[in-house]
Amino acid sequence: MNHHTFRLTLPILFGYLPLGMAFGVLFATQLDYAWWVAPLMGLVIYAGSGQILAVSLLAANAGLVEVAIAMFVLNARHLFYGLSLLGQFRGAGWRKGYLIFGLTDETYSLLTSRPRSSDRQHEQELDFRITAFNQLYWIIGCAAGGLLGEMVSFNSTGIEFALVALFIVLTIEQVKTLGDGFPLWAGTFSAGIAMLLVPSTHQLIAAITIVTAVLLLHYRRLRLVTGEPNHG
Amino acid sequence: MGEQYYLAAFIAISALATFATRVVPFLFFERHTEHPLVQHIGRYLPAAVMALLAIIFLQRSANWQSGFIGLDALIPGLLVVIIHLWRRNALLSIAVGTAVYMIVQQTGWLL
Repeated sequence: MNHHTFRLTLPILFGYLPLGMAFGVLFATQLDYAWWVAPLMGLVIYAGSGQILAVSLLAANAGLVEVAIAMFVLNARHLFYGLSLLGQFRGAGWRKGYLIFGLTDETYSLLTSRPRSSDRQHEQELDFRITAFNQLYWIIGCAAGGLLGEMVSFNSTGIEFALVALFIVLTIEQVKTLGDGFPLWAGTFSAGIAMLLVPSTHQLIAAITIVTAVLLLHYRRLRLVTGEPNHG
Repeated sequence: MGEQYYLAAFIAISALATFATRVVPFLFFERHTEHPLVQHIGRYLPAAVMALLAIIFLQRSANWQSGFIGLDALIPGLLVVIIHLWRRNALLSIAVGTAVYMIVQQTGWLL
């Protein structure tokens, strides 16, 4: 079964090792903490873009309330992964907690796209192993990057741009999947207003609040116009 | 607050906030998955949040005081968009954009 799991998760291995390493290098070069804090974060937080955002929040000594809100909202897409897996995880017993904890973008896409037999217990065991393998790759990547960033000395000025590049890539992917540019303009508009009106320490929370309000208004307007929001 | 306590609290809060996004549907939403507002937010919020993060952090990476008003970050950012639309390879887009930004910052072009 482990061999089968390894084959299934191989594409994730090729994604998680370099991305985990990028996080580890970023962590070790931007911050003064010990390298092993990077894999520790991979163990207990386990969120790619979340951990990379955490580096810049740590560097800015962000307040803990802002950290909680930023992390929650950045990962809010996970709320909607769970919705589609409620049935699949039902009855998974002690494994269920870990299946939920390990529900990253990549694990979600693998669990929802792989072929499944009618043997529910067997499939949930395989889901569990897939989740664990993926997290292991991620932790190894974080550790390797942390060590590399601490041992190899190079001029890392500007490496923090990886965060911006990651957000740009994720935005393009989300908009392409959705086939609708509206959230792109809603997000840009909210960020613009926040940057104009609010000092930089509160921009993130302000922009998140504005974008939520914009989406609620958008929802209300769609309901008023069509009686039903258009989700075709 | 000592630096180590701050780090420990930071990691604990990040872990809890991240886990919360994953566990909430299993705790509260079993009965509301069909609600149109939940579906609406689920459809648009993730992309909108990514876009606002991209814009805010792009703006923070740029030097707006120079004669090139922000081009030091806008050009690498635009490069990420172009390469990603072209190849759809996330690691390639991130690596090239970051490398170009690092070169710009370290050599002082456009600053």
